[in-house]
Amino acid sequence: MDWVGDFWIPVIKAVVIVVALLLGGAYATLWERKIGARFQVRYGPNMAGPFGLLQPMADAVKAIFKEEVNPGHVDRLLFVMGPGISYAAILITFAVIPFGPQVEILGQEVSLGMGDISVGLLYLMAVAGLGSYGLVLGGWSSNNKYSLLGALRGAAQMISYELPLALALLAVVVIVGSLNVSTILDFQGDWPMIVLQPVGFLIFLVAIIAETNRSPFDLPETENELVSGFMTEYGGIKFALYFMGEYTAMVVNSTIIATIFLGGWKWPALISDLHPLAGVALFLGKVVFVLFLYVWIRTATPRVRYDKFMRFCWKFMVPLALINLAVTAVVVALV
Amino acid sequence: MLKDSIIGFWQILRSMGVTLRYFFSKPVTVQYPKEPVRLYPRFRGRHELRHYEDGPYEGLERCIGCSLCAAYCPTQCIYVYAGENTDEVQRSPGERYAEIYEINLLRCMFCGYCEEACPTGAIVMRREFALADYSRESLIYTQERLLEPTTPHAIILDDGTHHDGVHQNRGHRDPLPENA
Repeated sequence: MDWVGDFWIPVIKAVVIVVALLLGGAYATLWERKIGARFQVRYGPNMAGPFGLLQPMADAVKAIFKEEVNPGHVDRLLFVMGPGISYAAILITFAVIPFGPQVEILGQEVSLGMGDISVGLLYLMAVAGLGSYGLVLGGWSSNNKYSLLGALRGAAQMISYELPLALALLAVVVIVGSLNVSTILDFQGDWPMIVLQPVGFLIFLVAIIAETNRSPFDLPETENELVSGFMTEYGGIKFALYFMGEYTAMVVNSTIIATIFLGGWKWPALISDLHPLAGVALFLGKVVFVLFLYVWIRTATPRVRYDKFMRFCWKFMVPLALINLAVTAVVVALV
Repeated sequence: MLKDSIIGFWQILRSMGVTLRYFFSKPVTVQYPKEPVRLYPRFRGRHELRHYEDGPYEGLERCIGCSLCAAYCPTQCIYVYAGENTDEVQRSPGERYAEIYEINLLRCMFCGYCEEACPTGAIVMRREFALADYSRESLIYTQERLLEPTTPHAIILDDGTHHDGVHQNRGHRDPLPENA
C-alpha cells in the first residue's frame, strides 16, 4: 500500500479542509454581520481586532465560557447529538466538491478536492437529507412542545425543498449525462451552467436558501427571534454549534452552487490556465459572490409566512422544476 | 399563483436594487469615543451657572437666588437657598444670591424650562451629555460643580441661527430695579 499517496495525503487533506470549513463557517458569521451592516448604512463589528476580524474568536470564547446547561427534562444522548449530527452532515457535504486542479505540493501530486465519486450529485442530495436529522433530534430531545413544533416545521421545510433541489440538479444531469461532479465541471469549459439553465439556477438558489433555513425562509428559527423553535433549550457551545452549523451550511452550499452552476475553478479558462492556484482563487471568488448573494437576499426580502412558503414550494417550485426538466430533456434530445 | 410569483419576483429584484444602492453609500455611524458627536446649537445638555463676563457687573454671579427655576421645574429637582448680599460679601448684583444651589441630575429631564424661567440668564443648558457616574450622591450637582465649564466631545453644527446655546427670550435684562 502506498502510505503516502493513499493514506497521508487524504488524511492531511481532510484535516486541512475541515479546519478551513470551520474557519469559513466562523468567518461567514462576520461576513454576514459586516456586509449586512453595509446594506443597512452602518458598519458591522469593527472593535474586536482590525475591521472586526477577531469577532468570531471573541464570540467563540464567549460561548465556551458560558455555563453548559443540560436541562433535566431532556433526552440526554439525543440532546447532545443533535447539533453534532447537523454539523457533521454539513462538513461531509464538501467531500465531493473539487476546488482546484492537480497541484504539486512538496513533490507529491495532490488533487484539490477530497474525492472523486462517480455519483457525486446523488451523494450531495443524500447528505442534504441527513441534515434534517439534526434539526428533528434537537427539537424532539428538548422535550418541549414548542421546540418540537419548531423542529417539525423546520424539517418539513427542509424535506419539501429537497424536491425542487433535486429536480433542478436532474436537469443539469440530463444536459451533462453524468452524476460525477468533476464531469459537470469539465462540461462547463465554454459556458458555465447558469447560461444553459437560468431557470434551473434560480430554482436551485431558492431551494437551497430554504434548505439552510435562511433569509426569507427562516421562520422555524427566527419566530420570536431565534429562541423558541428547536433551539430553545440549547445554550453555550451547543447553541454555538447549531448557529455555526447554519453558517457553515451557507458556505458549503455556496461552494456547491459555485461548482455546479458557476463553473467552479475552471470556467474562464483564460484565468484558470494561468497558474494552478489561479483556479483556487477563482473558486473562492465565486463562493464569496454567492455568499454575497445570500446576505443580499436576506437584507432585501421580508420573511415568508410558513404556510405561504410551503404552498410556494409545492404549487410553484415543483411544477416549475418539472417543466424545466421536461424542456431541458426535449432540447437535449433534439440537439 | 404564477402571476403572483412573477410579480413577486420582480418586486424582490427591485428591493434588492434598493439595498444595493445603500450598500455603496457611506455608513452614517459616528464612532463615538474616537469621533465627536454632531450636535445642533440648541442641544440641551448639562446645566451651568454663569457669571457676568462683561459690563458693570463683571465677575459677579448671575444667580440672584429667586428660585424661579425651581418653581418652574417639572420634576422639582432644583434646590435653591438664598442668602443676602452684605456690604462686605457681594456675590451677585442686587440683594440676594444663591447660597445653596443644587440640581439633582437623576431627576432632571433636561427640558430647559429652568433656563427659560431664569430672569438673569444664570442657569443655562450647555452641550455636555456624557454624565454617567459611579454613585447616586455624586449625581446631585452642587453649586461648585455647576459653575465648572463643560467640555463636550461634540461638534456643534450650524443651523443658521448663530445660537450660542442660551435660551433667553428676555434679552439681557438688568436685575437691579433702579436700572430697569
